[in-house]
Amino acid sequence: MTEHSAITRDAPPEREQPALLPPVDVIEDSTGITLFADLPGVPKERLNLHLESDTLTIEGEMGLDMPKDMIATHAEVGMPRYRRVFTLSKELDTQKLSAEMKQGVLRIHIQKVEQAKPRRIQVNVG
Amino acid sequence: MDLSLFPRDLFAELDRLQRQMQQAFEYSPSIRGFPRRGFPALNVGHTERSVEIFAFVPGLDPATLEVNLERGVLTIAGERAGELPESNDKTIVHIDERFTGRFRRVVTLSDDLDSNAVQATYRDGVLHISIGRQETTQPRRISIQ
Repeated sequence: MTEHSAITRDAPPEREQPALLPPVDVIEDSTGITLFADLPGVPKERLNLHLESDTLTIEGEMGLDMPKDMIATHAEVGMPRYRRVFTLSKELDTQKLSAEMKQGVLRIHIQKVEQAKPRRIQVNVG
Repeated sequence: MDLSLFPRDLFAELDRLQRQMQQAFEYSPSIRGFPRRGFPALNVGHTERSVEIFAFVPGLDPATLEVNLERGVLTIAGERAGELPESNDKTIVHIDERFTGRFRRVVTLSDDLDSNAVQATYRDGVLHISIGRQETTQPRRISIQ
């Protein structure tokens, strides 16, 4: 999923269901911010990224292949969905956001706006 | 008694506590225990014909996963490489929560399993292992004469 169309730019639903908080890694370099989130069990079609002004919401619903008559005896993952919300800062260009989902790992890259990229300032000695 | 790998939000936490109160007496004591925040997180269930194990191991090459079943003891092992670059003057790691490194989890299952009827699939970062139970131990309806 690299296309922007998969990202909705509206608010997430008002009534929120309880969800797990996925662990993430966030790395910043001169080009922008890269975020990795562990969302095991979430197929690409059940992943929702909401972007509203400077709030990024990651939501995913699991689609486990459980037999109908299965009785759970031990559960460490006790809920079928994940949610995590991040506040983005002004220097990030939300129009230049790309996302990719691979084997339960979401990778999001947000570029910095042009003028926010570091520039070496020449110091002239007078 | 936090059995989950993933922390939850507050309401979920209350919900979980309530559920755990109810479930506390249902867990079967295991000598290997259920490690806190173990990686990968495991869900186990059963049907009349099989035992189903779900291991939450996102972002792995399934070929590197080692799964062994020996006399009712299931071992899942592997390694998850770190994707984080070294922090330097150009790169900053702001959040570092995801698991990296070698892992091994051992689960004691019942001993009525048929080690020839094992199926393992890896999809969306979840390893699903389905182990058939032996015919003779499957529940049978007893007819009353």
